[in-house]
Amino acid sequence: MTVYLLCILLFLIGLYGVVAKRNLIKIVIGLAIMEYSVNLFLILVGYVKGGTAPILSRNLANKVFVDPLPQAMVLTAIVIGLATTSLLLAIAIRLYRKYKTFDIREIKNLKG
Amino acid sequence: MDWFVPLFVIVPLGGAFLIAIIGSFARPFGRFFTSLVLASLIGLTLYVIFSVTIPIVYMVGGHGPIEKVPIGITMILDGLSVYLLLIINLIGFFSAFYSISYMKKFTSENYYYTLFCLMVAGMNGVVLSGDVFNLYVFLEMAAISSYALVAFGIEKEELEASFKYQVLGGASSLFILLGIAFLYWNTSTLNIADISRVIGTTANSATANSATANSEFVKFVGVILLAGFGLKAAMIPFHAWLPDAHSSAPSPISSMLSGVLIKAIGVYVIFRLFFNMFTISYDTALVITTIGTLSMVIGVLLAIGQWDIKRLLAYHSISQMGYVVIGVGIGMLVIAHNGPRSVAALSIAGGLYHLFNHAVFKGLLFLNAGAVEYETGIRDMKKLGGLSSLMPVTTSTSLGASMSISGIPPFNGFFSKLIIIIAAIQAGYYVLSILAVFVSIITLASFLKVQRFTFFNKPNEKWNRGDFNVREVPFAMCFSMVFLAVLCLGLSLFIVPAVRDIFITPAVNVLLNSAVYSTGVLGY
Repeated sequence: MTVYLLCILLFLIGLYGVVAKRNLIKIVIGLAIMEYSVNLFLILVGYVKGGTAPILSRNLANKVFVDPLPQAMVLTAIVIGLATTSLLLAIAIRLYRKYKTFDIREIKNLKG
Repeated sequence: MDWFVPLFVIVPLGGAFLIAIIGSFARPFGRFFTSLVLASLIGLTLYVIFSVTIPIVYMVGGHGPIEKVPIGITMILDGLSVYLLLIINLIGFFSAFYSISYMKKFTSENYYYTLFCLMVAGMNGVVLSGDVFNLYVFLEMAAISSYALVAFGIEKEELEASFKYQVLGGASSLFILLGIAFLYWNTSTLNIADISRVIGTTANSATANSATANSEFVKFVGVILLAGFGLKAAMIPFHAWLPDAHSSAPSPISSMLSGVLIKAIGVYVIFRLFFNMFTISYDTALVITTIGTLSMVIGVLLAIGQWDIKRLLAYHSISQMGYVVIGVGIGMLVIAHNGPRSVAALSIAGGLYHLFNHAVFKGLLFLNAGAVEYETGIRDMKKLGGLSSLMPVTTSTSLGASMSISGIPPFNGFFSKLIIIIAAIQAGYYVLSILAVFVSIITLASFLKVQRFTFFNKPNEKWNRGDFNVREVPFAMCFSMVFLAVLCLGLSLFIVPAVRDIFITPAVNVLLNSAVYSTGVLGY
């Protein structure tokens, strides 16, 4: 149970980073932490105590396998996360070129 | 007879691929091919509506269930999916056709059309998907292409809006993924119908102790998913990104985002999950209706003070989506109370009818705003005025759309709002019906402001001088606007029972008989 709670704590740390930090790059890092915590959570959900990787071979000493489906889901989620993070960083670099700063307090053309 | 189901995703995906490759050799290819792709999808949707018996369950790759456990990816084409497909592809076609002229001033048009096709593919996938994780993947596909499209102008404002949109959108996606992880943890399945069966059986048959645990689990996951999809749908506590993102995007994209995207990946998924996956409970119904009411009232109050046309329209999107959500939410409340089915049916029909109407008139209004911006380069209403004699087509179509959004008969917005208000009165929610009328009046006031300051005020001297030389927009833009304006009037026909039975009633039945979905898909 502790592992799951730590995982949720990691999610909340990432959320704190997104909400409270004022640097664009730190916000991106916060989002990345959130993403890793969700991926970790999915892997934990599929874990079976004492299980091995679900590969079918001739002489199986251990018949207990971990659940492979969350692992496949995490692979997909990592690819999606890669797309999101790279797009975010690209936009952050463009913003830096326009505003000469990463501070969101100075990037506020849009309001109201 | 189900070979065409994956085509809804394959055709726009293949279109995106071809545009990216061929478009780099032959520039105008993407321009016309996108419209062709969307037109063929409209044709396919109409074929489904008129000559195919729905629902259809399509197993991707032929992987059927083994020992009653669904293992493959399923795509489900039922009444609600078809209704959303019609909206997505119709508005998508007009936006793509409008882009032919509008996007000429931008560089790298190919990327624009590639992303456009990807976004349509993602939304079609979300609407068809029968399992939660696939739904998440398609949703991300649509969302990531929309992030890139919002930033397409790469000026200061577009980049800022896109960054904000991406941070909030990314956080909401992670909430959704977390919710999916919890669902898988507790039910060991990803298929929506199977999850519904697992939740339903443990709640009914198991001991009292596990039943309460299950309902608490359902509430917990419900809250996580509602936060995630509420952010995607920009309901009121989660609305901060919408006015920036929708007003900064190129106009055809604004009309796609406001008209379709927030419905297909936000509101539709909320309806689908909370009706067909979770069992309907009074608590969730109350939360959804409250969020809808807040969106409806606060959205319009925020809209009335805006002077930027596209920003004003974006706030109205929040408000009008509130109508859709309270329409369906009242239906949910009535079902949870075991109230009369006819009232629930009427209310849900009103909500879904308004969904279509909002897509049409808000799409049209954003295209009008785009036309004004295309000719004058100005979005601030204080600096506009007197365009009615110079741009007659834009003026008349936007007048139609404004009357439609503010609920003036005989335009479509009047009928859907009327149905929602009547249903609210029949269900006994008098305050909601009064609020709905009140919001409609403020909407009218704010669109009178748009019309007066943009089109009918004293003509501005500078329009005829060399810099501006304002005239009517090119043919492709006029074509889209006129057809959408005709639809604004034509959709009033949905009030006729014979027409309603073809389009809306199948969608309403999916939500109304929420338990049938699960048994229909699983087959037992």
